[in-house]
Amino acid sequence: MDGLLSNVSSRKKWRFGSDNTELALLGLPVVAWFALFSYLPMFGVIIAFKRYRPLGANFLDSLLKSEWMGFDNFKFLFKTPDAFLIIRNTIMYNLAFIVTSILISVTLAVMISQLHSAKFAKTCQTMMFLPHFLSWVVVGYFVFAFLSADKGLVNQILKSAGKKPVQWYTQAQYWPGLLILVNTWKKMGYSMVVYLASIAGIDASLYEAAAIDGGTKWQQIRHITLPLLTPIITIMFIMAVGQIFTSDFGLFYNVPRRSGTLYNLTQTIDLYVYNALTQRNNIGFASAASVTQSVVGLITIVSANQLVRKLAPENSLF
Amino acid sequence: MDNQGTVRVFKDDGDSCGMNRFNRISVPANTAFSILFILLALICVIPLVFVVIISLSSDASIQKAGYTFMPIEWTTGAYLYLIHTGNTVSQAFLVSIGVTLTGTVIGLLLNSSMGYVLSRPSFKLKKLYTMIIFIPMLFSGGMVASYMVNSQLLGLLNSYGALILPIAVTPFYIIILRTFFQTTVPDSVVESAKIDGASQLLTFFRIVMPISKPALATIGLFLSFAYWNDWFQALLYIKSDHSYMYPLQYVLIGIERNIDFLVRNTQYFSASMSGGRIPTESARMALVVIAVLPIACSYPFFQKYFISGLTIGAVKG
Repeated sequence: MDGLLSNVSSRKKWRFGSDNTELALLGLPVVAWFALFSYLPMFGVIIAFKRYRPLGANFLDSLLKSEWMGFDNFKFLFKTPDAFLIIRNTIMYNLAFIVTSILISVTLAVMISQLHSAKFAKTCQTMMFLPHFLSWVVVGYFVFAFLSADKGLVNQILKSAGKKPVQWYTQAQYWPGLLILVNTWKKMGYSMVVYLASIAGIDASLYEAAAIDGGTKWQQIRHITLPLLTPIITIMFIMAVGQIFTSDFGLFYNVPRRSGTLYNLTQTIDLYVYNALTQRNNIGFASAASVTQSVVGLITIVSANQLVRKLAPENSLF
Repeated sequence: MDNQGTVRVFKDDGDSCGMNRFNRISVPANTAFSILFILLALICVIPLVFVVIISLSSDASIQKAGYTFMPIEWTTGAYLYLIHTGNTVSQAFLVSIGVTLTGTVIGLLLNSSMGYVLSRPSFKLKKLYTMIIFIPMLFSGGMVASYMVNSQLLGLLNSYGALILPIAVTPFYIIILRTFFQTTVPDSVVESAKIDGASQLLTFFRIVMPISKPALATIGLFLSFAYWNDWFQALLYIKSDHSYMYPLQYVLIGIERNIDFLVRNTQYFSASMSGGRIPTESARMALVVIAVLPIACSYPFFQKYFISGLTIGAVKG
């Protein structure tokens, strides 16, 4: 009996020994990657609670030797007028992006799915997909070609129409609109395809039945397409809200060309962190802003997911 | 997802069968929609055309008339200039290509190996490994901590590793690949390989990888476009005294305000150039075109893979 049992357990051990060990080893490089590039920085957040000075041999050593200062970095950061500005800009832009993105891409997806010629629709979709594949650096140049003060196309047109040219890169009031426009331009093709894929998954017999009952195309869209799209729209919306404290660094860094006079309306949390870290060498403020962003981001994404779980459990992220 | 790894978002043309013909929007509505989509498609493509035209305009023409769709004088001078300045541009081009190729290979190996491991139902550490890739989707140390760790602890400052490693693994790609392996690699194949004495490593490289080409192509494309377009890593980790390590996209940022960066690094200048002056305006845009062209020419053919990746990613497993 004893011998039998030990035999069984040793066989089990042997099983882990081959298959599971091999799998564990195969996954090990990625585990190591996450340890280095994700988990080490997570412990690095304590930098925000220290007065970091390069006192030691390396980063960890300096971190341990630097003195604790509790929440002082956060207190000082939130006393600056910048704190309010960057949080306001980040949230307001994100809200604007979410609303325009959903309204425009759902509308376009429904419209393009109705076109008579699938070939034509496909061609348009391909062309509209181009901006998605461009980097923000390149998009920044595209925008500059139109908005450059002395050579840009828009000012050429204004001049020839007898109007005064506009110094686009120094006049902040135009930028909320411009950034929303550029962001929509870059992302519309991609998000249209997301909804289009859902529309393509709708059972065609539903539309046929509606048509036989005399339903107009408009009624079919209102009572079949849109209700069936509601889950994916809800999920896209909630997930975007979960990311509301994170801004698209590339857009805000490249498109306004880092023009200082625009900062009041173009600087977001990510840009502020970058500038504080690299331009002003203010690690205290940079890390405080960065950690605030991570923590609020964690809260928003978990609450967003809880919300999805309540509304449509099968669509929750976790 | 079928074997080709494609998803069709448009149904058939529809004028073959009666039902489709009967149940569709009216001809005037179709015309109006079509015009709208022609406009939208043009709006998405015209800025690129515009930049190509600027890159082919002479600087004299740009000085006189600004950026315009109809330049007074056409010239390929900007491209000749970029070729003649040699070093900086070709070096940046090589860096971009090298980083893209190496990064794509490394990224594919890493993401797919983990995807495979997580797709094995019997793997005992599955829960632990899943947690390891999942937690970073919710919380990150942020830019400052990452920068400090990468630059000071891992010694990635001014290294090609900084351009490749920190963006090689993405939880999203791992999940796409895991889902693909789960749904398309039959358990029996893996089991029979095991009975034949193949290790998991061998099974993965010799059996699973070859039959998963569509998924690997999708993720490979995601990775290569991401590496080609990346400038952020260079912005953070490559300092100006190592400018020979700049990828193309980052050189573009460098020459935004002045093109001196290109000139500083070269003594050679062709006297045969028109007017003997540096075509600053058009050369800048020519470099933009060089950075965009590989992508603009290839994406229409790869588009279906992107769409399939995008839809399979929505599958929760």
